[in-house]
Amino acid sequence: MSEPQVRGGRPVSAAPLVVDRLIDDRRTRIIVCCGSGGVGKTTIAAAIGLRAAERGRHVVVLTVDPARRLAQSMGLTSLDNTPRPVNGIRAGGAGSMHAMMLDMKRTFDEIVESHADPDRAAQILANPFYQSLSSSFAGTQEYMAMEKLGQLRRADEWDLIVVDTPPSRSALDFLDAPQRLGRFLDGRLLRLLVAPARLGGRTGLRMLNAGFSLVTGAITKIIGSQLLRDVQTFVSAMDTMFGGFRERAEYTYRLLRAPGTAFLVIAAPEHDALREASYFVERLEQEDMPLAGLILNRVHRSPAARLSAARSLAAAEALQDADNGESTSLGITALRLHAERMHQAESERRLARRFTAAHPLVPMAQVPAQPDDVHDLIGLRVIGASFAGN
Amino acid sequence: MQGAAGGRGTAPAVDADSLIHVSVRDTDWDGVRLHVVTGKGGTGKTTVAAALALALASNGRPVLLMEVEGRQGIAQLFDVPPLPYEERRVASAPADDGRPGGDVFALAVDPQSALIEYLQMFYNLRQAGRALTKLGVVDFATTIAPGLSDVLLTGKAAEAVRRKSGGSFVYGAVVMDAPPTGRISRFLNISLEVSGLARVGPIRGHADTVQSVIRSPQTAVHFVTLLEEMPVQETLDGIAELREVGRGGIKPGGIVVNMMREAELADRGTLSRVTLGSKARDAHAIEVALKAAGLRDDADLAADLADELADEAHTARSQRSQRRRLDQPKQPCYELPLIKDGIDLAALYKLAQALRDQGAA
Repeated sequence: MSEPQVRGGRPVSAAPLVVDRLIDDRRTRIIVCCGSGGVGKTTIAAAIGLRAAERGRHVVVLTVDPARRLAQSMGLTSLDNTPRPVNGIRAGGAGSMHAMMLDMKRTFDEIVESHADPDRAAQILANPFYQSLSSSFAGTQEYMAMEKLGQLRRADEWDLIVVDTPPSRSALDFLDAPQRLGRFLDGRLLRLLVAPARLGGRTGLRMLNAGFSLVTGAITKIIGSQLLRDVQTFVSAMDTMFGGFRERAEYTYRLLRAPGTAFLVIAAPEHDALREASYFVERLEQEDMPLAGLILNRVHRSPAARLSAARSLAAAEALQDADNGESTSLGITALRLHAERMHQAESERRLARRFTAAHPLVPMAQVPAQPDDVHDLIGLRVIGASFAGN
Repeated sequence: MQGAAGGRGTAPAVDADSLIHVSVRDTDWDGVRLHVVTGKGGTGKTTVAAALALALASNGRPVLLMEVEGRQGIAQLFDVPPLPYEERRVASAPADDGRPGGDVFALAVDPQSALIEYLQMFYNLRQAGRALTKLGVVDFATTIAPGLSDVLLTGKAAEAVRRKSGGSFVYGAVVMDAPPTGRISRFLNISLEVSGLARVGPIRGHADTVQSVIRSPQTAVHFVTLLEEMPVQETLDGIAELREVGRGGIKPGGIVVNMMREAELADRGTLSRVTLGSKARDAHAIEVALKAAGLRDDADLAADLADELADEAHTARSQRSQRRRLDQPKQPCYELPLIKDGIDLAALYKLAQALRDQGAA
């Protein structure tokens, strides 16, 4: 990474982020796209995947919740948890692209099935607590996205995995999710819940046992005894799998911090989105995650930037006053819209500069706003073209 | 009248009420006391929720604005320090027709605090609460136990809606900055999911109480969107899902079209005259105008401006068609302008007034 330019002791611009360089580097094996909702994260992930495939990489894009038409553009018609080939890649046989949509329940079921004998697996899958946990726990989606990432990496069929992270309710939940769920499933709390039954007869543990009943008593008060029983049954059935869960969670976490991984924070040039991006950047730095840079998506530019907003507006006003009727009305509209776009571009630049002032070492790439929502490979390719830098 | 097509939300921006001074205003949501505000990420739902709270407080009664996602978006919006688990006054609504406006209180709800409060209120389990926190039970119950966290969050809203002091409601209305559109049905319906999981027991009882508030005419779910394909699609999907999952019990509210640019509002007429495929003609017309304005004759500049104009016209066209799609669900629609220089209190008052002018509060 080159040093940021420094003038008068204050960094004025971060090094540009050249996404092409990142995807052309064969050592890059995983790219994680994160950012708040509504910034075009899924689209950017898909565009990176396509660009990399057309530059010779064998890519799989793991997406969590794509817009329907974007999913269709990649050939995904159902949420079936299997990487599907994307047709229409222009790679001349050198590269390839697959895409898959995460099915979190199915992923969870598969873990259970691969870790338990068929009878026990069936018992777990039928447990009401498990069913609810696997389909609605707020962190399950994050955990399963990371689990799937680990699986894809282990399968080693692709040389680049691009992950689109879930729109977490709190930023970067997915970083915690593996540990949190691993800790829980492996944890002493669950052991506490099932312990009284197991330890019942042993006198030396009577004191401890009294503590257990206090806790289970309180839990029963909160969730009711029937649900507690379901949890206990679930825990007993899962007992043999706990170690495995923690191991997998730790594997995924290590994978995220490994040298072949690059995190990209995606943001839109808006106040809120950039504030979230700042938070993401700081959080990734805290966790020592390899941050490659920020992609500023949907940046507005004008093809007529040489005409300033002020001059454009003044001209529009002069024409308005002259009152030439219909003959200049289109021109007035064009001049006013131009002034507005110039203002918008300026305020976006200001926001970008403010971000860079706060994070001078984070390289930045900009992707121009598209006139339409992107939902085909052509649109993705247009976005990809801005990854070349300059 | 609530939820009816062609409600006052679709009326032109100049409201008769601002001309004729009537003491009691009709709004599209009379009788609604819990306003749930959802929207796709990036549509500005926190801003709209705050503006709606201010607009409702103009009726003179205190309003509680609550957030549930731990982002401290409200504190940032009102430029106050991060909110604790405590209802704090963040603003006062302006006086309306000589009546003083009510106060807006804000609360950031987190499931852990809500659970401990719940234990204290219902079981006097203060001690146990501490022990449970230490043991990780609270963490478990709120992050892992399916749906419990959502029940606690919606439960807090339901409690605030029902809270009374001296025989009357403490809050005139409660506005919730809710999870995004993709999650809203599950979030509001979670109590049912818990009911399925816990067939009996206190959580079941609590969930049932919460559902009775959410599924009453006192609650409406508003959708914030932009005039772009994806947010509009999510809004339509969200309303359809709410109707289906809610089985008529959960009521979709208004659609708030946020961040409309002035050009979209003012230049719709002119832009609709720009025809696609005649850029050369447009460029010529612009060149004439540039000359008339005394700008240096620059054919390229005219061509570039024509390109830009064509872009804008294209955008305006697709926005118009997105706007038409929003009429499908036959819910009242409100339009809010884009605030260019960041949202401050003055901007929130402006948005609140726009919501009132259009009959949303």
